[in-house]
Amino acid sequence: MSVLVFVEIKNKLSKAAKEVITYGKNLGEVNVVTYGNANNEVLLEMGDYGAKNILVYRKINEPNDQVISKLILKAVDKLDAEFILLSQDQTGKSIGPRVAAKLEAGHISGAISFPEVSDNFTVKTNVYSGKAIAYVCVHSDKKVISILPNSIQPVENKVDASISEFEEDLGNGRIKTVDLKPLGDGIPLPEAELVVSAGRGLKGPENWGIVEDLAKSLGATTACSRPVADIGWRPHHEHVGQTGVAIRPNLYIAAGISGAIQHLAGVNGSKVIVVINTDPEAPFFKAADYGVVGDAFEVLPKLTSAINNFKASQR
Amino acid sequence: MKILVCISKVPDTTSKINFVDNNTKFDENGVQYIVNPYDEWYALVRALELVEASGGTVTTITVGTSSDDPTIRKALAIGANDAVRIDGEPTDSFFVAKQIFEYAKNENFDIVMTGKETINYNGAQIGGMLAELLDMPFVSLANKLDVSGTQATLERDVQGGIEVVEVDFPFVLSASKGMAEQRIPNMRGIMAARTKPLNVVAPTDHNKLTSVVKFELPAPKTGCKYLDPESMDELVELLHNETKVI
Ligand SMILES: Cc1cc2nc3c(=O)[nH]c(=O)nc-3n(C[C@H](O)[C@H](O)[C@H](O)COP(=O)(O)OP(=O)(O)OC[C@H]3O[C@@H](n4cnc5c(N)ncnc54)[C@H](O)[C@@H]3O)c2cc1C
Ligand SMILES: Nc1ncnc2c1ncn2[C@@H]1O[C@H](COP(=O)(O)O)[C@@H](O)[C@H]1O
Repeated sequence: MSVLVFVEIKNKLSKAAKEVITYGKNLGEVNVVTYGNANNEVLLEMGDYGAKNILVYRKINEPNDQVISKLILKAVDKLDAEFILLSQDQTGKSIGPRVAAKLEAGHISGAISFPEVSDNFTVKTNVYSGKAIAYVCVHSDKKVISILPNSIQPVENKVDASISEFEEDLGNGRIKTVDLKPLGDGIPLPEAELVVSAGRGLKGPENWGIVEDLAKSLGATTACSRPVADIGWRPHHEHVGQTGVAIRPNLYIAAGISGAIQHLAGVNGSKVIVVINTDPEAPFFKAADYGVVGDAFEVLPKLTSAINNFKASQR
Repeated sequence: MKILVCISKVPDTTSKINFVDNNTKFDENGVQYIVNPYDEWYALVRALELVEASGGTVTTITVGTSSDDPTIRKALAIGANDAVRIDGEPTDSFFVAKQIFEYAKNENFDIVMTGKETINYNGAQIGGMLAELLDMPFVSLANKLDVSGTQATLERDVQGGIEVVEVDFPFVLSASKGMAEQRIPNMRGIMAARTKPLNVVAPTDHNKLTSVVKFELPAPKTGCKYLDPESMDELVELLHNETKVI
């Protein structure tokens, strides 16, 4: 039984990569396939989480969906892999289905649990935008599983890793990247452990300073409700909910958001929810762990200074 | 320009989600169905804008039963030229993708569009599978699309930023927020939709590779602990010691 994990590595090992390798280690001996010019030290760090054989493809000019899928398929062939694992991030969403279709393998996208194998092979995923969980059974021998970020706790499990260079003809894919507009170097929302979010209760974009201050003190990523993105107070990529980004951070702080069902759908996978709202009847309090009935304009700065005091006392 | 838009039906976003038959089936009682928002607001509307600007046709395709027909008519009312329905139960992504592929492979579409994901299954799988089967590039999570001649320029979300890409016809995309604005069908559109072609095609035989064995609702919250706005130090202490998230 052979396990193949695909990871992308820039200059350090991401949390998502650690999660996927941990998942693989749970299924068997882990082979990793990756590409690019990360140095060997970073690659070998994957051994800390159980990666044994690391295949690295050094020469990719344009890492588009067709080329990366080919790379994975070549590695599947070489290792006769049964499990193909990746992260359900933007890359995973374009690669996983391609690889699965080529292999005619059942694909579980967004796994939130290790497989249950006692009866047949089933894995839990979020469905109905987080309003429910499905137990999905895979019938094919080969299985492609993408893991929802922040769902599996990385576990250290040191093995001696070895690196081998991988050379194959991958062709060229037809998509050409002509520009990349960075969105700052913050942690992207789907992977964020801490999120501070605000809604129409903040009254206008000029008031977002108090939201950003709190996020900065915490080291959190900022998010918003849909109307706030629609009227252009905040960028679209911050919109969370049923028709925006679905998130499952450890902590979600929501200020001036009513808690409409479509908003809750994308955020109720959060481990702990703090709601700040002037209206004690706001529906969001029903989904909250901690509630503060109060004015966001007063509560947010107070919370920020409480966090700052706490951080100072930790030093 | 010939565009194919993949349309699926989903429960209205305000639906209460419940299950019946020992939690193996979705409870349809009182549920209204709509076109999946990503398919309608973004993919379909952008497809219509493109053919309105430079000519062509927009066909929708759905793998589903006759219970999908009302939502398909809605897509026709918004402006699609014609619709295809493949008469099968869409319970497995590979099965769905394969059915659409069998139809699309001989039709020479320039662009095949899907939504980013369905808001019930949340698989985000069909577009990529279809691209692989059709041997086309897949621009996932696109939020902007412009076409000039037979070349398209798209923007899409990637880790850490927004990527601008170029690709020649034909290709597959999945549409996310920003690509277009929602359109409300008018009376003329609704009347016209009644007589537009909705072609029902028999499915071809294909394995289903996955199935859902049961559903579960997330554990409800045990109740909210209220704090005074003046006690933010206490909140921080709870987040640190009680729930250990900071
Ligand atoms: C098909 C569909 C899909 C949708 N998808 C999404 C989605 O993905 N995500 C999403 O967010 N929404 C979505 N919506 C919209 C959703 O129904 C709500 O309209 C939206 O979430 C409300 O945003 P809000 O809470 O910011 O604003 P409001 O509902 O206007 O709430 C503002 C809140 O702020 C409080 N407030 C006011 N002043 C203050 C103050 N000074 N301090 C503290 N609190 C204050 C108010 O009491 C109120 O509760 C969708 C709707 C539809 C129909
Ligand atoms: N039964 C279906 N028939 C046609 N298209 C579908 C069907 N299910 C999903 N799609 C398309 O595939 C996209 C992604 O769906 P999913 O992979 O289920 O999240 C949707 O946004 C639709 O565009």
